[in-house]
Amino acid sequence: MTADLAISARGVGKDFVIGGRRDGPTRITEVLAQRLRHPLTAANTSTFTALDDVSFDIPWGEAVGIVGRNGAGKSTLLKLLTRISPPTRGEIRLGGRMGSLLEVGTGFHPELTGRENIHLNGTLLGMTRKEIARRFDDIVAFSGVERFLETPVKRYSSGMYVRLAFAVAAHLETEILAIDEVLAVGDAEFQRKSLDKMQQVAREGRAVLFVSHQVQTVRHLCTSAIFLDRGKLQFQGDVESALSAYRGTFDSFSAAQTDPSRRGGSGQLRFESVTVESETVEPADDKVVSFVVGDNPDVPGRYYVSCHVTDDNGMVIAQCDSRLTQDWFDPRARQEGQLTIRGLWLKPGRYAVDMFVCQSGVLDSYEAAGRFEVLPHLPYPGLADADGTSQGVIYTDFEYERAGA
Amino acid sequence: MTEPHAVIRPPGRLNMPNWADLWRAREVLLRFAQRDLILRYRQTAVGVAWVVIQPLVAAGIFAIVFGRVANISSGTVPYFIFSLAGMLVWGLFSGAATRASGSLVANQALVSKVFFPRLVVPLSTLVSVTVDFAVGLVTALVLLVVVGIGVGLPLLLLPVWTVLALVLGGGFGIAASALMVKYRDIAYLLPWLFQVLLYASPVGYPLSAVPASVRPFFDVNPVTWLLEAFRWSLLGTPAPPVWQLVSLPVAALVVLAGGLVVFQRLEREFADVI
Repeated sequence: MTADLAISARGVGKDFVIGGRRDGPTRITEVLAQRLRHPLTAANTSTFTALDDVSFDIPWGEAVGIVGRNGAGKSTLLKLLTRISPPTRGEIRLGGRMGSLLEVGTGFHPELTGRENIHLNGTLLGMTRKEIARRFDDIVAFSGVERFLETPVKRYSSGMYVRLAFAVAAHLETEILAIDEVLAVGDAEFQRKSLDKMQQVAREGRAVLFVSHQVQTVRHLCTSAIFLDRGKLQFQGDVESALSAYRGTFDSFSAAQTDPSRRGGSGQLRFESVTVESETVEPADDKVVSFVVGDNPDVPGRYYVSCHVTDDNGMVIAQCDSRLTQDWFDPRARQEGQLTIRGLWLKPGRYAVDMFVCQSGVLDSYEAAGRFEVLPHLPYPGLADADGTSQGVIYTDFEYERAGA
Repeated sequence: MTEPHAVIRPPGRLNMPNWADLWRAREVLLRFAQRDLILRYRQTAVGVAWVVIQPLVAAGIFAIVFGRVANISSGTVPYFIFSLAGMLVWGLFSGAATRASGSLVANQALVSKVFFPRLVVPLSTLVSVTVDFAVGLVTALVLLVVVGIGVGLPLLLLPVWTVLALVLGGGFGIAASALMVKYRDIAYLLPWLFQVLLYASPVGYPLSAVPASVRPFFDVNPVTWLLEAFRWSLLGTPAPPVWQLVSLPVAALVVLAGGLVVFQRLEREFADVI
C-alpha cells in the first residue's frame, strides 16, 4: 500500500525535554552526588512540543517544499524523516532509501585525501560501495579536482573543498532526497548547480524534500509544499496556497510577540518597546528604529543589540549588529537607543524588523517587533518597464560612466 | 517495491538494536575503521613501530620493577615474555574499552547530521584495536621462537580469548561512549579506573605472587580469568580452573548485553543532546 508513496507520515510528534540539559548536571560526579543527597527526588524537567500530530503523504516524483517561520518545526521534521532524531509519537513509512544533505561535506576528514573522502562521505550519505565505484569518475570530473585526488583535503582551497563535497552529494542515488537550506550557501554557481540537480532528481521520479526560507527557491523548484506553524501542519498542497498561508501568519505572530513572556531568549533582559519611526518610507530613505531595553542589575558585563530587516517572506535582507559599530550597552540601567539604517534601498513591499538583545547567548528575541511599508516608487531618475526592475532583491545606488565621452 | 523500505516509530522502553539496519550499515563501519587505521598509521611518524614499541617498553618496565626490584618469579617463562603476554591482552581489553568510549563524542558532528545506526561508531574502533593487537602478537610470537618456548595445542584457543577480550572491553566501551555524550567527565574518570584495574589485575605480575588474604578479589575479577587463559594458550603456563574458562564467556556476554542496553536507552537522545 505504502509502496506507491515515497513518504507516509501518520500522527507524528516530537517533544524535547527542556531544563534537563541546561540546568541539569552535565557531570556524572554531580549526578552521583545529587543522588546521594536527595535519593528520592526526580529531576525537574518540562517538555516542549516541537511537532504535533503531523500527517501527510508524499507521492513519487514530487519536489516538496517545507515552509514556516523559525521554530515552526521544519528542521525537526527533516531530522525525524532522515532518522537523525527519533519521533516521540506516530509513524513514518519510507518507500525507499533516504539520502540527506543537511550540510555539505558531512564526514570529510582534513587528513584524508580527496579519494578517501569521496569513499567515506559517499558511504555516509547512503551510497553503496558499488554505486561509489561506478560513479567515481563522474564525481571526480564534476568536482574538477582530478590532480589533487591523492592530496589531503586540508590542503584544498575552500572552493575546491566545497566542489568536491557537492560532487559527492550530487551523485547520490537514493530514492528520496532531503535537503536543508544550508545547501543554498556558497556562490551563485554552486547554488544553481544544486538546484538543477534537484529538479533532475524529481523528474527522474524520485522524491525531494526541501526546507527553505527562500520563497523564490521554493516557487522555482517545488511541485507542492507543506506549511508548518508552531509544530502543526497547517496546509499541504500547491506551492502558491502554502506560501500565502505562510504569509498570513505574520500578523498574528507579530501580535503575539508583543507579550515578552511569549518571546524567545533567556528573558534576563527584555525590550520594553521597539518603534519604527515611519511606517511608510520611500525606497532610498533612511530607516530609523527606536528601542527601549529594561534594566537588570543581575546581568553581568555589557550586552549588544542586533536588528534584522526581513521581507514579507521572512528572508533576512540586512543585519545590523551593534558589535560591528562597537556599541555596547550597560544592563544596570534602562537603555533607550535609536538605530539608523542608511544606504539600504528596499524594493516596494512590506518589511519587518526583528530585534535581539545578546551577550554570549540570546537574552531577548523580539521577532516582527516593528513593520514598515516601502512605497511603490522608483528611486531612480529614469523609468523602465517592469523587466528593468523585476530582478534582484533590493534596489541599489549605481552609476554608469562612459569612457572618453 | 511492495513493502515500505523503512518504518520509523518512537523507540520502545527496551529498544534493542535494529540488526537489519546494522547489517546494512556495515560499509559505514568499515569506512570508519579504515579512516581510523589510515589516520593512526599515517599521522604517527614512526607508524607501525609505535604499536610494537608501546607494549615492549611497558613489558620491560614490569620485568624490571616486579622481576628484578621486587624479585618475583615468573616460573619457567622469562619475566619479560611473561609480562609482554599480559600487556598484549590487557592492551586489547583496555584499548577496546577506551577507544570505543571516546568515539561518539569525537564523531558528534556526524551524529547530528546524518543517519546510520549509532552503534557503528564504537564498534568500528574495535577494528584498529585488533590490528594493533595483531602486530603486537606477531612480535611476541617471533620472540617466543627466538627464546625457544614451544607452543602447544592450547594456542588454538587464542582466537577465542582474543574475541572475548574484545567483547568484554567493547561492552564497557559501548556503555561509556553513550554515557560520555551526556556526562563529559567520564573521559577523565575512565583512564583512572583502567589505571587502577591495570595494577589490580595480574598483568605485570603472576597470580602466584598475590598474597592469600587478597586472593579472593583476584579470583572474582574477569580480567584475571582472561589473563590466565591467554597466558595458558600463548606461553604454556598452567591451565586456569575450568570454572574460570566457563565464566569468562558468560561474563563477557553479560557485559556486552549490559553495554548494549545502556547504549540503546541513551541513543534516542544523541541527536538532541549533541
